[in-house]
Amino acid sequence: MQTKVENNKAWFLVMPVFLIVAFSAIIPLMTVVNYSVQDIFDPYTRYFVGTEWFKQVMLDSRLHEALLRQFIYSFTILAIEVPLGICVALMMPTKGRGASVALILVAIPLLIPWNVVGTIWQIFGRADIGLFGAFMSYIGVDYNYASNPADAWLTVVLMDVWHWTPLIALLCYSGLRAIPEVYYQAARIDQASRWAVFRHIQLPKLANVLVIGMLLRFMDSFMIYTEPFVLTGGGPGSSTTFLSQSLVQQAIGQFDLGPAAAFSLVYFLIILLVCWVFYTTIMNMQKDK
Amino acid sequence: MTQSSTTPMTHEKTSQGRASQNTKVTKEQAPVYSRADRKARNANLRGRFGLALYVVLLLLPIYWLVNMSFKTNTEILSGLSFFPADFTLENYAKIFSDSTWYMGYVNSIFYVSMNMVISLLVALPAAYAFSRYKFIGDKHMFFWLLSNRMAPPAVFLLPFFQLYSSVGLFDTHIAVALAHCIFTVPLAVWILEGFMSGVPREIDETAYIDGYSFPKFFVRIFIPLIRSGIGVTAFFCFMFSWVELLLARTLTSVEAKPIAAIMTRTVSASGMDWGLLAAAGVLTIIPGMLVIYFVRNHVAKGFALGRV
Amino acid sequence: MAWMSWTLPTALFFIGIAVILVGMTTWQIVSPCVERRGFLPLATTRGDRLFIGLLSSAFIHLGFVAFTDANIAMATVLCAIWMIILMRWG
Repeated sequence: MQTKVENNKAWFLVMPVFLIVAFSAIIPLMTVVNYSVQDIFDPYTRYFVGTEWFKQVMLDSRLHEALLRQFIYSFTILAIEVPLGICVALMMPTKGRGASVALILVAIPLLIPWNVVGTIWQIFGRADIGLFGAFMSYIGVDYNYASNPADAWLTVVLMDVWHWTPLIALLCYSGLRAIPEVYYQAARIDQASRWAVFRHIQLPKLANVLVIGMLLRFMDSFMIYTEPFVLTGGGPGSSTTFLSQSLVQQAIGQFDLGPAAAFSLVYFLIILLVCWVFYTTIMNMQKDK
Repeated sequence: MTQSSTTPMTHEKTSQGRASQNTKVTKEQAPVYSRADRKARNANLRGRFGLALYVVLLLLPIYWLVNMSFKTNTEILSGLSFFPADFTLENYAKIFSDSTWYMGYVNSIFYVSMNMVISLLVALPAAYAFSRYKFIGDKHMFFWLLSNRMAPPAVFLLPFFQLYSSVGLFDTHIAVALAHCIFTVPLAVWILEGFMSGVPREIDETAYIDGYSFPKFFVRIFIPLIRSGIGVTAFFCFMFSWVELLLARTLTSVEAKPIAAIMTRTVSASGMDWGLLAAAGVLTIIPGMLVIYFVRNHVAKGFALGRV
Repeated sequence: MAWMSWTLPTALFFIGIAVILVGMTTWQIVSPCVERRGFLPLATTRGDRLFIGLLSSAFIHLGFVAFTDANIAMATVLCAIWMIILMRWG
């Protein structure tokens, strides 16, 4: 890596980005902090309540359940998507027309608006008009994502795997393409097994992209909202109500601004912590290279 | 940290192991080679088959949607079929003849393009600064930018609504474009920084010696050098702005309403018009496919986020 | 600005953060710091330690609010001590 020149005038180049992001990020964040310490009825009728809401939020069992559900969900999809994504990336052709066709086909789910993803699975999973639902009842499974919590979970997880495995696959694919051909030639001369090639050549190269991919997937699944909302509406009961959704319900549905804001901040702090840990790990990995 | 310290060691170990293996098998090299070849070919075939299976499963839900969009509602509800028996374009005709429908597409494309332009304009100089200079707080600035990419939009919904109402931007395209900047700009800076770091610094220095001013150098020499990077960045901005709905829906009511939001509303109002819903869904997939087609040769690089 | 529902404590909080940021920047200009390694398991600059300190302080406050009935000021005092330890030896 080249050494960078020290020059504080570079701040002028960063200024536009800072201003544009600060406008949409800092002002709303300040507002959320303001909300979190008050009981708000309307902009002119509000009372300072101190840390009351934080206490309530931290001890609210509904939120604990949503948080737990969220963690289970995030780890489930990571456990499925990461290995599957690696497999798909390994299977993708590296050269020629086949490579671009495979790339485009695999990337399609990423470019579909999130609520359309929900709609696709809403249709696909219905036993009367959807292929998947019909298939499930054909093989004798009593499947109904709208009334059975287990089925709802299955469908939401399946939808996420369908939607986001391509991201992991494409990240890994680009990581694999960065490996020089010489490495493979050396392996061929050494008669290395397929597994040895994967374990000692491909996996180390993938480590970096995988960390980025897992970070992105973890964060995005942590704030998942649109897809389950369209698919199940958080139901049946509250079996697929994840964090974002209970937050929106509270803030907009019940107009409990204070608690919702306090909850948002706790949520944001968790995200910030995880994000920082991942970021520091990535940066240290790169520095050691 | 531990990663890179262990890899050279394991490499060494395995190469030793392989070396000893090698001396053993040199006598019967020819048959081993052909067996390895056959094995490789088999693995290749298995790979192709697996990939084909995956792609088929991936496309099945989309196929189902396309299939449904060409059916009439009575046919959809009367039972399953893999091809429309009564092929109809009526659903699409309905969308293209009703301005509340097709204006949704225009709105979406409009604010997405605006977002793309804004993101690139502000991210280009910033990415240059991050890739070339050290300055006070540079790392923290970078982390702060990225943490915005991670901030859940649901947290900010209400303040966003109030912020844009109070500056009089509610229900305009620019409001959605600006709001989407919160996650497209950090991503754009991240990707562009990776591409720019790949350009040798000598090029900058030579240009300055030749008497180029910074803006002239940047526009005339530097930007053409990272053309593909800009293409990929634009693609990513498009992708994340196009698929986002929550903010877009919150910040608009009539004038700038995105297609994705119109879809949900119209459907619930008129009962369940499955055919129309499917047709609208299919139309939202097409722009994405067009865009990825244009950047297909560079996108693998972009997915590495330039930092691998 | 009315829609932002400002209160005195939150305003003071944000002014405090802003003052810290400005202060850190000036300090950095007057005497630039080098990365070093303290009791934390990674090399940090002054700014890194400040960030770690602020984030951990936030969690300490949250824990205090949730699990004790003690006055929040106690948590603040605790965090101030923690910040000093971190900045000096972290």
